[in-house]
Amino acid sequence: MSNPLKDMDKPDTIFAIGTNMTECHPVAATGLKKALTKGAKLIVADPRKTHLAELAHLHLPIRVGSDVALLLAMAHVIVREELADKEFIAERTGGFVQFEAHLQRFSPEWAAEICEVPAEDIEQAARWYGNAKLGAIYYTLGITEHICGVDNVQSLCNLALLTGNLGKEGTGINPMRGQNNIQGAGDCGAVPNNYVGFQPVTDKSFHEKFKEAYQQPEMDLGNQMTKVTALNLCGANEGGIHAMLIDGENTVVTDPDKNHCEKALKALDHLVVIDIFLTETAQMADIVLPASAWGETDGVQANTERRVQRLRAAVPSYGDSKPDWWIISEISKRLGTPGFEYDSAKDVFNELCELSPIYAGLNWDNIGDGNFQWPVPEEGHPGTPILHEDEFKDGKPGLFKVIGYRDPAEVIDDDYPVWLTTGRRLQAYHTRTQTGRASGIDYLLNEETLEVHPDDVADWGLIDGTMVKMASRRGEIELKVEATTRSPRGTVFTSFSFADTNVNILTGSGYDPVTQTAELKVCPVKIWPA
Amino acid sequence: MINDPSSNIASALSITVDGKATTFTEGETIYQVATRLQKDIPTLCYDDRLEAFGGCRLCVVEVEGIRNPVASCTTKAADGMIVKTAPPKIEKMRKTLLEMVASENREIDVDPLRGLASQEFATLINRYDARSGRFNGAKSGTSNLKDLNPFILRDYEQCISCYRCVRVCAEQEGDYAITVANRGFHTQISTEFNNDLRDSDCTFCGQCIQTCPTGALADKKALRSEELPEPIKKTRTVCPYCAVGCSIDLMTKGDKIVGAQPAMDGPANKGALCIKGQFTYDFIQHEDRLQKPLMKQPDGTFKEVDWNTALDAAAKGFADARAKYGRHSIFGIASGRAPHEAAYTMQKFIRAGFGTHHIDNCSRA
Ligand code: SF4
Ligand code: SF4
Ligand code: FES
Repeated sequence: MSNPLKDMDKPDTIFAIGTNMTECHPVAATGLKKALTKGAKLIVADPRKTHLAELAHLHLPIRVGSDVALLLAMAHVIVREELADKEFIAERTGGFVQFEAHLQRFSPEWAAEICEVPAEDIEQAARWYGNAKLGAIYYTLGITEHICGVDNVQSLCNLALLTGNLGKEGTGINPMRGQNNIQGAGDCGAVPNNYVGFQPVTDKSFHEKFKEAYQQPEMDLGNQMTKVTALNLCGANEGGIHAMLIDGENTVVTDPDKNHCEKALKALDHLVVIDIFLTETAQMADIVLPASAWGETDGVQANTERRVQRLRAAVPSYGDSKPDWWIISEISKRLGTPGFEYDSAKDVFNELCELSPIYAGLNWDNIGDGNFQWPVPEEGHPGTPILHEDEFKDGKPGLFKVIGYRDPAEVIDDDYPVWLTTGRRLQAYHTRTQTGRASGIDYLLNEETLEVHPDDVADWGLIDGTMVKMASRRGEIELKVEATTRSPRGTVFTSFSFADTNVNILTGSGYDPVTQTAELKVCPVKIWPA
Repeated sequence: MINDPSSNIASALSITVDGKATTFTEGETIYQVATRLQKDIPTLCYDDRLEAFGGCRLCVVEVEGIRNPVASCTTKAADGMIVKTAPPKIEKMRKTLLEMVASENREIDVDPLRGLASQEFATLINRYDARSGRFNGAKSGTSNLKDLNPFILRDYEQCISCYRCVRVCAEQEGDYAITVANRGFHTQISTEFNNDLRDSDCTFCGQCIQTCPTGALADKKALRSEELPEPIKKTRTVCPYCAVGCSIDLMTKGDKIVGAQPAMDGPANKGALCIKGQFTYDFIQHEDRLQKPLMKQPDGTFKEVDWNTALDAAAKGFADARAKYGRHSIFGIASGRAPHEAAYTMQKFIRAGFGTHHIDNCSRA
């Protein structure tokens, strides 16, 4: 997030897109609800009538996957009606002239066709956001889990740059991250393209730095590989992946196109999985190593507002389980890799701080219970609650990106005439390896349903509360139908929390060409009574 | 004085509390000023995250020039005000008030597992020695356990109508799951139509439990460990579910996790939690947990082995792959749920071990 969570009650206009915040991030949503009681306007763009959409002053039930079209048209209106912040554009941005010219074609009428919402509503949204003194954007996976995920995010940046809604309290572009430490995984360099602290692996100086730090003379300069590519190359003769170490990811259930993923893992010579349960993925492993769980290990995690927080052990590790860092270090030592002689989580954390410019001012002892939001470039620095306050990264101007609209990888047709979109439920988390084992949750949520508009239920000859079959080009599942007006006509919804109705058998029609994030939000399907 | 620009205390507002003069900022209540001066004014309906309500009248103080005592939690400090926080007359009123309230409740001492604020009432009763008061009558009735939800105990005979639960639900959660039914003597906290919470707007965030000063609303899940003999220990940590990063205190008895309570000073949540942080901690001691390293046998089943055997075999598999297919044949997937130390060592395993960038995480959901 560019702005801190505590800012969430400050904006006068909130634009929430692709976020079911009241269900996925309920505590964050409380800040937003407070802004509403203070009189803030809320615009929600979401195909479904979510709880958040019900609170909105303006709900744009856009067709799944049409976000870029909406955002282009909003930018068009903001420029046309002279609501852009000219001073901000002149002082802090670049590429406006090309962007302005590009926008001309994308009228609200054009977008209305694609998004299936009235042009007037798009204009209204643009005017509200354009006129905001403090306008804040919030988004989650609804925006990134598309083949055009990067375009979506950059379109949001364009809107913020256009209106100067950045670098101030109560503004910004604020992704609500999903997993507790997904921010941290990136911070720590567990991504193909960056070393710890977002130092690109394609950069010569960082290459030299880590060659030395990790005593690895063979270190590649660039040549990174994503998980998606790796899964495609499992067992391949040419440049194939033949051994894998997976830490606590129930890849088989969470990844799109489950069948493909299972096949990939089976093609490996050697699969080692570290986890706390024998998940579907762990069951495929040659060796399963039991990890200590949350509550059993000391450590650090970073939240969605870049706050670096301490985790503490409250009970001993279950059985013979061990902390992940210990397990990984022991394997590394046995492979003869130098630099794994850690005695504690503290040793590991302090090493990563030394190598990461954004953590340079941090260490195990000074982070307390979340005293700092990174970047903390040196000791004594107060941290950075709001990004881009005076300048963007490295003092460069914020660049407008010229983006065009693309249809989703697969669109509905006669064979698969219904849009399926997926998401999360409040009471369940991810694949339920954790919440599913917490007592009491079943009282509230014990099975998955497919949410279908009541008129569609009738039209398609389904009966509320009975089993239906749903198929995509990749597979078929069976689940119970629930008639609800939360779903618009022609679009159905379900979550990916229950392994026994694994919707990821159906999804996975494409990937964002830049980040290779899977198209999980959109998938054409057909539905019939079981 | 007021117009003298050279005097920087000229416009400062001042108030005298128990004989000590102090400044305050416009809008502060007497209670807030007094608390800053470490005065321990008793309260029952007060929760500093909520709009002051002024219902219990325990926080009353004497203000010079005003005949009746005023509720310090709702009365704004005013320039020149002279306040006494605990003169004998006020202390006596407080004792009487507490005796009356105590006489209506079934129990005074409740298990601290009930909730974060559950000891407030008993603490005040002890402080004012209000236990065996004049109003002490027969205590009757049992808990209202009709609602079978597994999380929230609704024990309304312990309710003192401070409305903290209703207010926290409305003001903090923005949900309106619970309301106040009836008035006066029959006042009762309830859901709409007196339904089960499951059928209301309740999200089971547990905020009402944690602010209840008597334990009338209580953490049913934690209470399952009421009989364990060990003392409750609290460990400050962060919720393992979403990326909001709510600070919580994990409660243990011996080696058993018995519950979670929100940290009022948590930088990301300021005392708030959702159902996941509040109630789903018990996966960690679930019997399905892996206890020992496992190695797959030729017949496809797993066999438990010791750490050395497992780690040697794990390393050998990677060494073999490197020897047979080269260093680019190995890939690592880090977790978005494990702590930094896990993610960092994972990427170092790949980068330092093989000199490649064959590392990724599950950056979705
Ligand atoms: S658990 Fe949360 S939502 Fe339910 S009644 Fe209590 S405060 Fe309200
Ligand atoms: S308590 Fe709820 S909102 Fe807070 S971090 Fe946990 S899952 Fe997220
Ligand atoms: S605390 Fe002031 S009236 Fe209850």
